[in-house]
Amino acid sequence: MSVIVFAETRDQQYKKSTLEAVSYGKEVAQKTGGKVIAVSMGGASDPAILGNYGADEIITLHGAEFATFSPEVYAAGFAAVCKAHGGKTIVISNTYSGKSLAGRVAVLLNAALATNVVDYPDTAAGFRVKRGVFSGKAFAFMDMNSETKVIAITPNSVEIKTYGSNAAVSAQQPADLPSSATRIENTQTVSGKVPLTEAEVVVSAGRGMKGPENWHMVEELATALGAATACSKPVSDMHWRPHSEHVGQTGITIKPNLYIAIGISGAIQHLAGVSSSKVIVVINKDPEAPFFKAADYGIVGDAFDVLPKLIQAAKATAAS
Amino acid sequence: MKVLVCMSVVPDTTTKITFTNNDTTFNAQGVQFIMNPYDELALTKALDIAEPAGGTVTILHVGLADAEPAIRKALSMGATDAVRINANPTDSQFVAEQIAAFVKDKGYDFILTGRESIDYNGGAVCGLLGAMLNIPSINVITQLTVSGGTATVERDIDGGRETVSCSLPFVASAQKDLCEPRIPNMRGIMAARTKPLQVVEPVSGSTHVSYAKFALPQPKQGVRMISADNPEELLHLLRNEAKVI
Ligand SMILES: Cc1cc2nc3c(=O)[nH]c(=O)nc-3n(C[C@H](O)[C@H](O)[C@H](O)COP(=O)(O)OP(=O)(O)OC[C@H]3O[C@@H](n4cnc5c(N)ncnc54)[C@H](O)[C@@H]3O)c2cc1C
Repeated sequence: MSVIVFAETRDQQYKKSTLEAVSYGKEVAQKTGGKVIAVSMGGASDPAILGNYGADEIITLHGAEFATFSPEVYAAGFAAVCKAHGGKTIVISNTYSGKSLAGRVAVLLNAALATNVVDYPDTAAGFRVKRGVFSGKAFAFMDMNSETKVIAITPNSVEIKTYGSNAAVSAQQPADLPSSATRIENTQTVSGKVPLTEAEVVVSAGRGMKGPENWHMVEELATALGAATACSKPVSDMHWRPHSEHVGQTGITIKPNLYIAIGISGAIQHLAGVSSSKVIVVINKDPEAPFFKAADYGIVGDAFDVLPKLIQAAKATAAS
Repeated sequence: MKVLVCMSVVPDTTTKITFTNNDTTFNAQGVQFIMNPYDELALTKALDIAEPAGGTVTILHVGLADAEPAIRKALSMGATDAVRINANPTDSQFVAEQIAAFVKDKGYDFILTGRESIDYNGGAVCGLLGAMLNIPSINVITQLTVSGGTATVERDIDGGRETVSCSLPFVASAQKDLCEPRIPNMRGIMAARTKPLQVVEPVSGSTHVSYAKFALPQPKQGVRMISADNPEELLHLLRNEAKVI
């Protein structure tokens, strides 16, 4: 019996969410017994580091099939390792790639599936996970009844723990992979920028910014704080910002440590997507803006006055 | 061309979520139910592709009879016909099993779902279906064209976008930006009344998971106001009190 973690990479490096997933796996293994095996596919520059985050063993899968991400092929390769090593709890990050895999892996292993998981399981009686539901408006406690369980853990939900230990890395070449019916033609990634879904700090702005030409202030503040940028729905609907920045009930749900909302009124659909943020700062010129009720810190003021000062102060702090 | 679109029926986005029976049941009292917003995009895209090709688009919902107004809306948007699998949609795996059992021998060219259902946010049906039917699954797509047995899609990836080509059949899940949802017109609404809605009994499904209870997020302690003239104070608090920067 073991806990098996899918170790997602970007540009051959493990993502922060991957280290969280490994730490999560370790925590589960401490409750249920068994060892933690991290599975790395498609190449990683330094697989051994996962030992420090709780992996007892690291398996790297090699082969031309894994050069680009294909959910069918990755799921087949990963599920084969899970089977061969008695994987009973399977941990995957709840990222776009992770979610593309999770369902397929659950079917291949005849396992129970829980996506959008936001905390460690309760194993006191059975195996109960906490999931975000209603786009952040509520949580559900769900029992996973099958022997094998696939868990997709939302980035930024659990702490990364370090164990100062080493782990053995073994390379394997899985046989009998399906050939992929999909082919990646072209990939565009925004380099040097924190992806919104995984960011610890998010600077977000709404219609109060008046137009796309004013977003340089939002960007500047984000850069000074090492943050990702986000926006409200109307802002992406008007194409002031790309849809991938739209947060809320019909956009993406995020849970950064810090969410700074500038010129956003705080409609229920917007709050749904961001209310799991640990700390919320609201900057709005209307003291009656509903968002203040959901905030930890607030500034009543015109964004066009407050932002330049805030940017200057943030740059000064960053430099110090 | 034969296309299937899977839809869920969810509480309207303005719904204030509450629970009853000791927090074990979603309180549907006074809640207005709508077609899941991402499924409107999936249906619109399916229609845009199938209509010029003289194809059909079937809308499928796993759920009980009270979902029929939402299913009629899908028909009024232009779906050719509808299927309702008569079962309480308890979880993503159960729902996907029902859809897979129905789809098996129907020969659909492709299947679209929404990126996620905005009630239980599983985002899982697309991948589950792909594996159950042994066809490719492509999550969170923002563009789709189909020609000559091949589909070209754009999908969101973490921190970017990717263009992928894929042979038919496949299943993909619709993300915002795929299209603007169609608004039913009067003719569509009239036509929807007489379009076929087939009710199918469920197959026996799995019980991998079960919901035990629900909780609402902890309310905030109250907001601490800071003067607009003193943003340094905000940064100081974020660093030393909240410890988030
Ligand atoms: C089906 C449905 C789904 C939806 N889903 C989402 C969703 O996922 N995400 C989402 O965000 N919305 C969603 N909405 C829309 C939502 O209801 C609100 O309309 C939207 O969030 C408002 O965006 P906003 O706050 O940017 O703009 P507004 O409501 O126009 O608010 C602008 C705010 O900026 C402030 N302001 C103006 N000028 C300044 C200034 N100079 N300095 C400081 N403050 C200023 C104003 O006081 C106001 O509070 C949805 C709506 C529907 C119907």
